[in-house]
Amino acid sequence: MLRSSLGLIALSSLLLSGTAFAQEKIKVGVTATLEGTYTVLGEDGIRGFQTALNVLGKKVGDKELEFVIASTDATPDSAVRAVRKLIEQDKVQILLSPLSGDEGIAVKNFAKTHPELTFINAASGAQETTYVDPAPNFFRYNMDGAQWQVGLGKYAFEEKKYRKIATVGEDYSFIYTQVFGLVLEFCGAGGQVTNRQWVPLGTKDFASVIAALPDDVDAIYLGLGGADAVNFLNQYQQAGGKAHLMGGSIMIDQTILSSKGNAKNALVGTLAASGQADTWENPGWQKFVKDYQDAFPPNKRFPSPSLLATNYYGSTMALILALRQVNGDLSNNQAKYKEALAKIELDAPNGKIKLDSNRQAIGTNFVTEVVDDGKGALFSKVVKVIPNVNQTLGYDPAVFAKIGLPSRTVPECKKY
Amino acid sequence: MTRFVERHPAWALIVIIAIAVALWLIFAVWPQGLEEAIGRKRVFLNAVFNGITLGGLYFLVASGFTLIFGLMRNVNLAHGSLYLFGGYVGYAISASTGSWILSFIVAFILTALVGVLLQVLVFRRMEGQDLRQTMVTIGLSIVFADLMLWACGGDFYQIQTPNWLIGPVELPLVTAIKSSGEPVYLRYPLVRLVIFAASVVIGVAMWLALNRTRIGMIIRAGVDDRDILAATGVRIQLVFVVVFALGAGLAGIAGVVGGTFQSLSPGEDIRFLLASLVVVIVGGMGSIPGAALGALIIGLAEQLGSVYIPTYAIVVTFLIMVLVLAIRPQGLLARR
Repeated sequence: MLRSSLGLIALSSLLLSGTAFAQEKIKVGVTATLEGTYTVLGEDGIRGFQTALNVLGKKVGDKELEFVIASTDATPDSAVRAVRKLIEQDKVQILLSPLSGDEGIAVKNFAKTHPELTFINAASGAQETTYVDPAPNFFRYNMDGAQWQVGLGKYAFEEKKYRKIATVGEDYSFIYTQVFGLVLEFCGAGGQVTNRQWVPLGTKDFASVIAALPDDVDAIYLGLGGADAVNFLNQYQQAGGKAHLMGGSIMIDQTILSSKGNAKNALVGTLAASGQADTWENPGWQKFVKDYQDAFPPNKRFPSPSLLATNYYGSTMALILALRQVNGDLSNNQAKYKEALAKIELDAPNGKIKLDSNRQAIGTNFVTEVVDDGKGALFSKVVKVIPNVNQTLGYDPAVFAKIGLPSRTVPECKKY
Repeated sequence: MTRFVERHPAWALIVIIAIAVALWLIFAVWPQGLEEAIGRKRVFLNAVFNGITLGGLYFLVASGFTLIFGLMRNVNLAHGSLYLFGGYVGYAISASTGSWILSFIVAFILTALVGVLLQVLVFRRMEGQDLRQTMVTIGLSIVFADLMLWACGGDFYQIQTPNWLIGPVELPLVTAIKSSGEPVYLRYPLVRLVIFAASVVIGVAMWLALNRTRIGMIIRAGVDDRDILAATGVRIQLVFVVVFALGAGLAGIAGVVGGTFQSLSPGEDIRFLLASLVVVIVGGMGSIPGAALGALIIGLAEQLGSVYIPTYAIVVTFLIMVLVLAIRPQGLLARR
């Protein structure tokens, strides 16, 4: 009896391993900020990722994709910890990570210690990630923070006639990059940025920051995201603030525009720029919005996908489409796959995307204005579309290199 | 007070000078040179007021924490969860009924009930076992955090400020003199003043209840020696439940306050637990006036720090905690 059951177990395990062989799996690790200040951003990123899976499916040839999701909190060490866990414990072969700017720089550096694996950036947008000493196995299919601000400075100066602005931003690499893009263009057009305030990520009480805002400016630029942005707006409303506002790419985004409470109404009419615009007429975009809306019940999603959902969608699309091009071939340290990733041109919902020699996206940017749809929901309405934005923002690479890397004080407010 | 002056004349002088300088900074019109050196007076005054009002919020959270610790020696590390729970309850009530005041009452009652359950079901079973209680409350705080994430999601919630509280008021404090000689007065958000006033009222009421009433007397006796108190025939378990309910209810009220002038989201529980730990460590574990002083110091340090040394603002509070632990480890106003 014992012997026969042992034999049965041996036989069945043999059969099981046989089926596992036929149904070979490709393991993919995904990280998102599912904790802390950027929780809402991470959640919507994952929604974008799932929408992409719904549309594209999980099959690559006769192989099946398997995903493991890990949570981070927007700090670089949490991202490296999550990625390390995915590689060492879950044995993933491809990574879709990370979401936030500082995380991106850390994961890019970490990617160099695993040259055999492939890292596809999920949504992070610090310039340094792909501009300084890029990792050959790190691919980014979204634009960086500076590219996402292209068009904003000029539009504010020429159409809105703003001459002097001040900025408030979270004190980390992505917002440095955003302010970099804004200042470069606004000052290049002849405007003045009189004051740049930086607040720690996760600041709750902005009252003193609000009090320190200068009065003698035409507009105030807000480079905040997640809970910070909501807190700022709430306290700004309580303090009776009335200045014109301008917003960064995660400030004027569904993550903020659909927050609960009425503080967000201060944003109506706010000028912003981003890698997407909620009300863009393009059929590809409209289809994506519909796919997103169909994938989740209305109370479990935003009225329209956020920038994070769009980025995760685009990165997932690149991940799967390139994998299909090589028919799931990950042999020889994934050489063929990496080649396919570098060459692929995406027809993403927010416009065509291709990569430059640093494996950084060249894509389309949108200048937008916040509108109320009449039913109390806020959307970003497109006012200008700028195609083919590259990482040096149209500058000659040599000139661009002289400006320096985005930081609290770089770039200076002048024409380069 | 006079004894302090007699015993430490040098310190007393320093304190008096510091108070005089602070009063001058607040009430005088700043001369040109000073404005150039440290910025406009409006910014300074706002930071001071914000620090004080933020201190009011910290006091609300920390006073419940310190009250529970003082009587029962429970380090309740699920206190932050009670704060967040109160906030979510407050949001639900104010969103469905539109009444801000009602949200306070319901949040107080419901979190107090949770507190009673915690005391009866958890703490009573492990009385006197500090380490076990601490571990269990850490575990509970994680469970609560996940339950609330499941129920409310990761969204940011803000409790609607009632219309009559939106906008700034002018305070009779001159921030600058216009070139025409007309004084410019400080404009400050009304809601923060109201919240601060409310926390002062709650603080004073608590002090009175502890020092002037019979139940307060029992609680103070329990703080000193609960075994003897129990031996005199007081139903000590009932006192414990009442104090726990009060402490938890205060955290719930604080949650509504925090949800009104900041926002509610996952992670806030840990932040306020940490804040109240720092506050009671600075002020002295178990002391209500200590919690008030600690909250004021931490609030002011955070706000002044965020204006004048933004890069290191986060470090300042912990630096204060380290200093207090080094110089006066029992806390500034601890009795023992």
